[in-house]
Amino acid sequence: MSDTAFPAVASVRRLPNLFDIAAIVGVFGLVIAIATGARGTFAPLSAPAATTIHLDPSFLPYYALRTTMRMFAALACSIVFTFTYATLAAKSRRAGMILVPALDILQSVPILGFLSFTVVFFMNLFPGRVLGAEFAAIFAIFTSQAWNMAFSFYQSLKTVPRDLDEAAIAFHLTPWQRFWRLEVPFAMPGLVWNTMMSMSGGWFFVVASEAISVGNTTWKLPGIGSYVSLALEQRNIQAVFYAILAMLVVILLYDQLLFRPLVAWSGKFRFEMVAGSDDEDPWVLAMLRRTRLLRELLEQLNRGIGTIGGMRLIATHPGRRSGTRATRLGDAFWIAVLVVLVAAALWKIASFVSGSLTWRDVTEALIDGCYTLIRVVVLMILASAVWVPIGVWLGLRPAWARRAQPVAQFLAAFPANLFFPVFVVAIVRWRLNPDIWLTPLMILGTQWYILFNVVAGAAAFPGDLKEAAANFRVGGFLWWRRVILPGIFSYFITGAITASGGSWNAAIVAEVASWGNTKLVAHGLGAYIAEATDAGQTARIVLGVVLMSGFVVLFNRLVWRPLYAYSSRRLSF
Amino acid sequence: MDATVATETLLDVRHCRQSYPKDSAAELVVLDDVNVTLRAGEIVGLLGRSGSGKSTLLRIVSGLLRPTGGEVIWRGRPLQGPAEGVAMVFQSFALFPWLTVQENVELGLEAQGVPRAEREERAEQAIDLIGLGGYTGAYPKEMSGGMRQRVGLARALVVHPDLLLMDEPFSALDVLTAETLRTDLIDLWMEGRLPVKSILIVTHNIEEAVLMCDRILVFSSNPGRVAQELRVPFPHPRNRLDPPFRQMVDDIYALMTRRPPTPAPRPVGAPPQINVALHPLSTNLLSGLMETLAAAPYSGHADLPALAAALQLEADELLPLGEALQMLRFSDLAEGDLHLTEAGRRFVNADTEERKRQFAAALRAHVPLAALVRQELDERRNHRVSAARFRDDLEEYMSPDYAEETLRAVIGWGRFSELFSYDDDADQFYLEEEEEA
Repeated sequence: MSDTAFPAVASVRRLPNLFDIAAIVGVFGLVIAIATGARGTFAPLSAPAATTIHLDPSFLPYYALRTTMRMFAALACSIVFTFTYATLAAKSRRAGMILVPALDILQSVPILGFLSFTVVFFMNLFPGRVLGAEFAAIFAIFTSQAWNMAFSFYQSLKTVPRDLDEAAIAFHLTPWQRFWRLEVPFAMPGLVWNTMMSMSGGWFFVVASEAISVGNTTWKLPGIGSYVSLALEQRNIQAVFYAILAMLVVILLYDQLLFRPLVAWSGKFRFEMVAGSDDEDPWVLAMLRRTRLLRELLEQLNRGIGTIGGMRLIATHPGRRSGTRATRLGDAFWIAVLVVLVAAALWKIASFVSGSLTWRDVTEALIDGCYTLIRVVVLMILASAVWVPIGVWLGLRPAWARRAQPVAQFLAAFPANLFFPVFVVAIVRWRLNPDIWLTPLMILGTQWYILFNVVAGAAAFPGDLKEAAANFRVGGFLWWRRVILPGIFSYFITGAITASGGSWNAAIVAEVASWGNTKLVAHGLGAYIAEATDAGQTARIVLGVVLMSGFVVLFNRLVWRPLYAYSSRRLSF
Repeated sequence: MDATVATETLLDVRHCRQSYPKDSAAELVVLDDVNVTLRAGEIVGLLGRSGSGKSTLLRIVSGLLRPTGGEVIWRGRPLQGPAEGVAMVFQSFALFPWLTVQENVELGLEAQGVPRAEREERAEQAIDLIGLGGYTGAYPKEMSGGMRQRVGLARALVVHPDLLLMDEPFSALDVLTAETLRTDLIDLWMEGRLPVKSILIVTHNIEEAVLMCDRILVFSSNPGRVAQELRVPFPHPRNRLDPPFRQMVDDIYALMTRRPPTPAPRPVGAPPQINVALHPLSTNLLSGLMETLAAAPYSGHADLPALAAALQLEADELLPLGEALQMLRFSDLAEGDLHLTEAGRRFVNADTEERKRQFAAALRAHVPLAALVRQELDERRNHRVSAARFRDDLEEYMSPDYAEETLRAVIGWGRFSELFSYDDDADQFYLEEEEEA
C-alpha cells in the first residue's frame, strides 16, 4: 500500500524498529490482561472477591476488562455459529426451509426478556460457580450478535457470483477449499460490517446482563454493568460518571484498535473490479503493515490460514443429483417431520399458557404493547426529523462527513444504558412524568444508526444530480422533496430499521428505572416484561416476550419491508 | 497443422440433449441431438446466436452441467463432473478479486494439492508465457480488461490441460485489445508453446471464428443444433482482407440468416400464437437501421457483413435487429442480405406521428402478443389488464427469463407506438385516456 511512503521498511534491515517495540509491548500487555481476567472466571461463586463489587474507581480497569472479555467470548461464539448455521441454511435446501425463517424471527425476539431463563439454565449447569453466570451473560450477548451476522453470511453465500462459482468448480476446488477461497472472502465485507453493528449492540447487552435478578436471587458479575447497577442502588452519581468514562475509553480502544483496521482490511474483499479511491489506512492497520516483525507474524498467520483453507478436505463427489422422484419423496417426508414438530411445539405452548394465563393477562399485555408501539413510532419520527437534516448537511460536505461518520458510529457503539441514571436523576429531581420522560431512553443509543446511514447516503449522492439540481435552481422544499430525500431514502430506511429494532429491545430496560429506592415505571410492554422478571413470573415473561416479538415482526413486515422493497426498486441509483 | 493426420480423439459428444422441465409436461429444449468430436491438435469454434445453446454445450463439456440426454466421452471415459485435464477461460474473466495474480493462477494447482514450491514455479512460468511477468503481486482490480483476461488464460494454462475451453473470451474486451490477445494466443499455439492439446472456443463473432479455428460448428437456434460444420482451410497467420477469408465470412452470414422452414399456417379461429421469444430492441435502433438502409450507399439493400462493419455491430447484435424488422415486415432478411420492403420505405419517409401509427399497425398485424394485449385492453371496461397474466402464458412456451425479455420488448414497442401503455408499479397494461372532443 503505502510502503513507498515509509522508507524504514528497507528489507536489508533486520533489527526491530520503533513500531515493533510499541507493538510488542502492546501484545504482551494484552496477553497478561487476558490471563488476569480469565483467572476470575473460574473462581467459585462463594469466593468473596467473585461477586462483591467495589465502587472504588481503581477497580474499574479490571471490571472493564472483564466486560470486554465477555464481549469477545460472545463474538467468537457468534462467528462459529455464523459459519455453521448460515452455511447449513444456504447449502441444504431442506435445512434452509426451516433455518432461514427461524433466523428471521430470532432477529426480532427481545433477548433481554429471556435473561431470567438463561441465567437459571446456566446456573444449573455449573452450580456454585461464577462460570454459570458468566455463560449466561455471554449467551445474552451472543444472542444479540449472532443473528444478523448469520443473516449477512447467508445472503452472501446465496449471491456468490455465478462465474466465480463455476471457476471454482471447473478448477476442482473441494467444498472445503471453495468455502475458504471463495465464499468466506466474498462474504467478508458484509460480515465485518455486520459484526461491527453486532458489537455495537452487544455493549448494550453486556452492561444489562451483568447484574441479573430473578425473583429473590441477584447475580452480579464483576464488570461495568454491575458497577453501574450498584452505583444506582447507592445513589452514587459520581461512580456513574466514572463508569461512563471507563466505557468511553474501552469503546475508543476497541474502535481504534480493532474495528477501524478490520473494516479497512475487509475492503480488499469488496467484490468490484474498479479500483476505488482508497481511504487512508487507519493508523493501527498502517502500523501492522509497516512493522516488520508484526507483518511477518501476520504473513505467517496468513499462510497458516491459507494452508488450512487450501487443504483438500471433503473431496468432491461427482455423480448425478438424486432423481426428482426421490427428492420429492424426501421433501414430503421432511415437511411431514416439520409439521409434527411444529404441532408438538404448539401443543406445548398452548398447554403451558392455558395453565397459567388468563385472557386478562393477554389483553393487559396487548394494551401495554400498544403503548410501547406508540413510543417507538413517535421516537422514530422525532429522531428522523432531527437527524435527517443534520445528516444531509454533514453528508453533503465531504470534510465534515469524514469526521462525523466515525463519531456517529462510536456513539452507536456506546452502551446508552450507562446514561440512563443521569436521566433518572433528572426525572426524580424535577418530578417529571415517567411515561413521557423515560421514553427518550429507548432511542438514546439507536438514533445514531439513522444519523450515520443518512450521512453515508448524502455523501454517496451523485455529484451530477447535485449539479443538475443547482443548475435548474431547485431549492427549498422542492429540493428536499424531489432531490435529496428520494436520494437518501434507501440509506435512511436501512438505518431506521436498525434503530427501530433496537428501540423495542431497549424498552425492557428503559421503561423501568430505579434510583436507590425510588422506582420509575412507564406503561408499556417493556416494563411489563421487566416487572414479570423481577417477580419471577415465568408465564408472564413468556407472554410479554412473545407479544413483543409479534409486534416487532408485524412492524417489520407491514412497514419496513414494503418501504425497503420500494426504495430498492425505485429510489436507488 | 495438418488435419488429415489421424490423431487421438479427446472428446466425443454423442446425441447430447439439454432441456428444462416445465410444469405442464412440456419441456424447453435448449440443445437437441448435438454431436461433436474433438481431436488433439485442433481449434474448434462453436458459432451461433445468443440462445443457440453453444455456451450450454461448453458447460456440458466442462462438466459444470449434466446433459439431460446423450453422453460425453472424455478421453475414452464417460464424463462425470468437472474432469481432470479440462480448463476454462471465462467471458467475465471470473478472477477472484481478493487474490493476487499469482494466487489466482495458483488456484487450480492448489486444488490438485500440488506442493507450494512447485506451484509457485509453474505459476511463474505460466505468467511469463502469457506476458504478465511484472504483475504477479497485483490485484485484478488494478489491471485493465485485457490484462485480466491474460490472467484468466494463465490460470487455465498452468494446470496443463489437454483441452482448453474458452467461453466468448474476447467479447468483453475492446476491439484492439481483443485482436492483440487473439494473435498472441494463435502465435503461442502455432509455436507449440501452449501446454494444451486442443482448444474449444465459443463465440458469436464470425470473423473471430474464421480467424482462429480449424473447424467451425455453426449452431442454429430454437432448439440449438449443429446446423453446419465448416473446415477453415487457411494457414496461420490469416489475413482478414484476403478475398477467400471474406468469402467465408459472407458464407457464414448467409448460413446464419437462412430462413427457417415456414410454420404451418394456423387454423382459422384459433387463438393467436404467442410462442415466439422477442428481444427488447430499442425502437430508435430499429428506425435508425431502416434509415441507414434507405439512404446511400445502400438504397434499400445491404450485404450484412459490410453493414455490420460499417455500423460497428457484431453479427450477434445485427441479426436480431434484422429479424425484428423482418417480423414486422419492414425488411427482408435472406442469404446474408437485408432488403427494405415497401412498408419499410413508407416508414422511413413518414414523420414521427405517422411512424407511430405505422409501427402500431405492424405490431397489431404481425406480433400476436402485442395484438392480444391490445385486444384484451379494448375488451375491458377500465382498459387495464395485469401483465402477470401474459407472463404466465409466455412461460408455457419459454423460460421465465425469455418470457420477461419478450414482455419487455412488447412493452417498449407498445409504448413507442402508443398502442398501449404500461404501469410498472402496478405491473399492468393500460390505455391512455383518449381525448374525446
